[in-house]
Amino acid sequence: MPDNILLDPTAETAAAIVPRLARPQSIAGKTIGLFDIAKMRGDEFLDRLDELLTARGYVVKRYRKKHFTHLAPIELKQRIKSECDLVIEGLAD
Amino acid sequence: MTQVAVPHIETSGKPAFPDGTFLAIVKRDCPTCVLVMPVLREIERHIEHLGGTLQVHVQDDVTLAAGFSHVYDDIVLATSYRYNIDTVPTLIRLKDGREDARVVGWLRSEWQSLTGIAALGEGLPAYRPGCGSKTLDPGMPARLKVKYGNSGLTSRRIEVPPLSDPVETCYERGWSDGLPVVPPTEERVLEVLDGTARSPDEVIGLIPPNLVRCTVEKVAINAVMAGCRPEHMPVVLTAIEAALMPAFGLHGVLATTNACTPVIMVNGPIARAIGMNAKGNVFGQGNRANAAIGRTLQLVVRNVGGGRPGEIDRSVFGSPAKYSFCFAEDEDDPRWESYAVSLGYSPRASTVTIFPGDGITQTIDHISRKPEDLCRSYAGCIRAIYHTGHIIGVQAFLAIAKEHASVFYDAGWSKARVKEELLELLKIPVREVVPGRSGLSGLTVEEKSDPDNLIPKFKNGTFNIIRAGGSAGKYSAIISSIGGRGSIEPVTKEIK
Repeated sequence: MPDNILLDPTAETAAAIVPRLARPQSIAGKTIGLFDIAKMRGDEFLDRLDELLTARGYVVKRYRKKHFTHLAPIELKQRIKSECDLVIEGLAD
Repeated sequence: MTQVAVPHIETSGKPAFPDGTFLAIVKRDCPTCVLVMPVLREIERHIEHLGGTLQVHVQDDVTLAAGFSHVYDDIVLATSYRYNIDTVPTLIRLKDGREDARVVGWLRSEWQSLTGIAALGEGLPAYRPGCGSKTLDPGMPARLKVKYGNSGLTSRRIEVPPLSDPVETCYERGWSDGLPVVPPTEERVLEVLDGTARSPDEVIGLIPPNLVRCTVEKVAINAVMAGCRPEHMPVVLTAIEAALMPAFGLHGVLATTNACTPVIMVNGPIARAIGMNAKGNVFGQGNRANAAIGRTLQLVVRNVGGGRPGEIDRSVFGSPAKYSFCFAEDEDDPRWESYAVSLGYSPRASTVTIFPGDGITQTIDHISRKPEDLCRSYAGCIRAIYHTGHIIGVQAFLAIAKEHASVFYDAGWSKARVKEELLELLKIPVREVVPGRSGLSGLTVEEKSDPDNLIPKFKNGTFNIIRAGGSAGKYSAIISSIGGRGSIEPVTKEIK
């Protein structure tokens, strides 16, 4: 029996290195999504950003997922992608 | 003439023994085989002058067939495997090189019918059962499957570098939780897969955080590494499926800064059948099923899902429970129904419950003899989970050991009664609730309006009572965790 051949217990997906999207040179005229992951007080931070951005004339759209322990549903991510040029996510409390 | 049988496992469709008429597979270690050797000589004499051939394949000691014209040493079990022999002696009739009919053991009438020799074996008893083929020796089926190349497993093969220890290779590859793992050879994985009827390529779910499709084969590989036996597989597979139920929120459990981790509790007959521990040292070391089943879930999250400490796993302290936290509920005393029965499962059903837990905190009370007193002791300890004023996103299981349970049994209190009493005692005045996300932020304006308002400790968390632990000692244990209804909840799944 070949003791020197092991079966790979992993997903067999070597981490793909995906380059980050280039940052916009300017946010002028962009639609900005504010994504609340439903963690405590994230909304306070995003509310303030909303205020500041709206006052400067940017179009702001708000999104929130059900609970921070669950991944954002694909539909929500697709909606954000289709409605916004960039998104700001409140990640932690 | 003695030959060594050449394995003809993956032939190009050509029959392995084109000229053979009969094939006998025997071993010296089988008294029935020894008994039928004169019969085989009779068959050889009879068919040789008709142009037929009898091939005698011996699994252990080829000298058993000394003197036959066509003797094969089948110590490598190639022929036995090819013909799927499970009993010796087996006599196979070949037609055009392919199997036409077979008899196993010694049943005179069948042998006579198969060979067409009317007086065959007249001097022998009419019937003798055969013995197990060496192809079924412990571990042999898997060994033969691997040897003859049709294991059906599709995972990537990783070669251990020359002069390297396979255990060290597993470490270097990042497959270990820190303790040595059993190297997952194809043979070991096949053996563990014998414990389930499910197909190795069946996908049982997407493992977070990377949401990777996890097959039964990947589970089996990690189960081998964790130290599982085949009979653990039904529990392992159900535990992983339960952990993937959306209500449990596995992603949150593995990613949190909290120390919690999935805890596996098994109810029903399977726990006893596979020797799980529900009694002394129930949450500790020393029981293979408890240790290996719990460890498998952790390794699947690590290896298949990619959930590793320092990466997605952001736990501040972690916990020894993150190596393995798996046990059976003690169901021996019928006075309290088990957790699974309280959910509506039959006592005959076997179930796996997954709940989050970050280890245990013991409650020691040597004094109380009345249930009300004991409940007050519990309430003081339970209230302190995380913070005496922490009421949001906190939950617990209370494991009551035998001596404490007896206080409730003697007073005629059910589990439900104890729970009711405790929830009443675990009401906290608003003035003592902590500010922020763990407390006041989770309350309505009305709830906060009066500092004397009483708020349940488990405002949005679950609280359950189970029986477990050793028979001596007035102890109980709290298994605490973050989470609660709508975020991270206990889930239960029946083992089918």
